Amino acid sequence: MCLAVAGKIEKIEGDIGVVDLGGVRQPVSLIMVPEAKEGDYVLIHTGYAVEIISEEAYQETVKLLKELRWE
Amino acid sequence: MGMINNSVLKSFHEIMERVTKSELTINIMEVCGTHTMALFEHGIRSLLPQNINLVSGPGCPVCVTGEEIMVEAFELLEKHKVTLFTFGDMLKVPGEGRTLSILKAQGFSVKVAYSPRNAIEFAEKNPNLDVVFFGAGFETTAPALGATILEAYEKKLNNFSMLLVVKTVPPALKYLVEHNSLIDGFILPGHVSAVIGAKAFRFITENYRIPAAVTGFSAEELLLGISLVVKSILKKEPQYYNAYPHVVREKGNEKARRIIEEVFEKGDANWRGIGNIPLSGLFIRERYSQYDARKKYGLREKPPIVPRGCKCGEIMLGRMLPPECPLFAKGCTPEKPVGACMVSSEGSCAAYYKYGRR
Repeated sequence: MCLAVAGKIEKIEGDIGVVDLGGVRQPVSLIMVPEAKEGDYVLIHTGYAVEIISEEAYQETVKLLKELRWE
Repeated sequence: MGMINNSVLKSFHEIMERVTKSELTINIMEVCGTHTMALFEHGIRSLLPQNINLVSGPGCPVCVTGEEIMVEAFELLEKHKVTLFTFGDMLKVPGEGRTLSILKAQGFSVKVAYSPRNAIEFAEKNPNLDVVFFGAGFETTAPALGATILEAYEKKLNNFSMLLVVKTVPPALKYLVEHNSLIDGFILPGHVSAVIGAKAFRFITENYRIPAAVTGFSAEELLLGISLVVKSILKKEPQYYNAYPHVVREKGNEKARRIIEEVFEKGDANWRGIGNIPLSGLFIRERYSQYDARKKYGLREKPPIVPRGCKCGEIMLGRMLPPECPLFAKGCTPEKPVGACMVSSEGSCAAYYKYGRR
């Protein structure tokens, strides 16, 4: 039930974004991510974008890999 | 995600080799049903050493929804002739021997929705029909359900309401660590955390000294979360990680949390097979009660129904594995389920039935 998919916002009209989900386009409510821009990737759950996927924060994932080294 | 691929695999294997050589038995709970399915689908369970057990937790909203709620939905259809929208997972959940699927076949108006927005749009287009959206969910879904109520309120719709079963995960995990001391580490739900923030689960490590990682759903993300938790267990230094930082912020999504706060209030909730967990439920506030189907149609609260022999509760607390239930694959199958854990596409019994034991 907490399944969510990532998609790229192609167009924004009011609170609704048209999101490309790997070729399939779907209208998605953006009311929970008012700062989202066209071109952003968002995480979508039951027709609502619940979070913007952050490219910068992805670098933190890379940092976690260093934590995995056995010292 | 590709660039972490090789690196995470290498570390994963190094850590797992240490586990194999150790005398330890390590129990790790993946709380979220979507994780349960992803772990099977990616074949990750088969990569783990024999002395690591992955146990599934209570993180499947359909599984923890009591049969009595299904009976409420049936009443809306039979007595009040509503058009009922719901998520697909709900169709086969039994309630006193019947399901929404059976009622649909009998001609009652049951429609599957991908989003509660579908139900609102239908209600607007069909002002002469009474429309109810029936949904179960955790914090990931709560803002969407709340936003639907706010939209109905703004549009002053009077032919729309919601029958909701919304639960929150942190109180359930607190209950769980206090009732199952065998869990050595937690893989925490990434999408629940996207809404409520990584901070919401820190108490697990800070108060109970159990390692935990907020984890994503791809193979690499799962390997990363598991590796971090197992390493922390081996080192005997309980650590808390946000291993899904590109999606999950420390404080979560404030806008989404504000919608929850606006529409819902906390209350005690019954978790199917487990029982009452204090302040683990979200209920529609008085201000929006005209959109609460229970109040609109005067549904009376029913006592919890638990089918005889069903061990869902023990399984969701991680004290029993699905194949240990006497009904598993005998009296209870996906075609003829006794409990919701066998029905939901992410129920632990359904996952074990589909993929086998490991």
